[in-house]
Amino acid sequence: MDNFTVGVVVFPGSNCDRDVSWALEGCLDIRTKYLWHESSDLSDLDAIVLPGGFSYGDYLRCGAIARFSPLINALDEFVKSGKRVLGICNGFQILTESGFLPGALVANKNLNFICDDVELDIVSSKGGWFNNVDEKQTIKLPIAHGEGRYHCDSDTLKRLVDNELIALRYKNNPNGSSFDIAGITNEKGNVLGLMPHPERACDETIGGTDGLFTLKSLILK
Amino acid sequence: MDQFAVKVFVRLRPSVLDPAGEATKSASIKLGAEGIKSLRIGKMIEVKIEGNGENEVRGKIDLLCDRLFANTVIEDYEYSLEKL
Repeated sequence: MDNFTVGVVVFPGSNCDRDVSWALEGCLDIRTKYLWHESSDLSDLDAIVLPGGFSYGDYLRCGAIARFSPLINALDEFVKSGKRVLGICNGFQILTESGFLPGALVANKNLNFICDDVELDIVSSKGGWFNNVDEKQTIKLPIAHGEGRYHCDSDTLKRLVDNELIALRYKNNPNGSSFDIAGITNEKGNVLGLMPHPERACDETIGGTDGLFTLKSLILK
Repeated sequence: MDQFAVKVFVRLRPSVLDPAGEATKSASIKLGAEGIKSLRIGKMIEVKIEGNGENEVRGKIDLLCDRLFANTVIEDYEYSLEKL
């Protein structure tokens, strides 16, 4: 773990990059390195976080422009090598736009930007991103999004359910997401995308520590 | 080289809920407009583009629509093309 380094991607418009870095370095003693979106050399990195924010001003669709950055192009190799990638909020939107995860994230059903703490059921242990080895558990994480309604067609939903790719479901669906989905993984389990912000729940003094496990699991092989 | 003016229409697929469209429909009814059965909001993108003939330009626009302008998970697209 001494040399383990997590790349935190910075797009123009990212605004949770420093929170992610603070949570990893300050709360978990995991080294981080900021990665400008134009870099494509990921060779000295062991895991990558795509943080929340408004990459490229959310122009066209959330995550649509970020998909064409050199860094996202280089991510394909990184993911295929089995290294771990965590996309939070806008990072989740980028992962769906770029095809690393299925489905899409669209405007909340009530059109509000929702900023709240939500209760989430941990549904799958695929990838070891959550602490639910023994039984289904519930965690509380903050959400902050205007376009967080997960949408996919019925075939995709069936595939998500059948292959245990649904990681998190909202207990009280705040945004109209299909099947209450708040987070999903890829088939291999090394890519997780979720709308809630684990990095904002890493210290009791700011409201909880339910996000620690997910960030810590970046160091899993 | 020929130049073309292209108008691309991107619409949410019928199966995707359009809350902005629903809100605008509700406002339209409050304004007193009667008989509105459905209201959905899309995007229109205007492109001026050069190419060797219509077929080549259609190829470029198809690629742009499929990969960038629309997310085909949630959106459909169509376009009209006019030679300038």
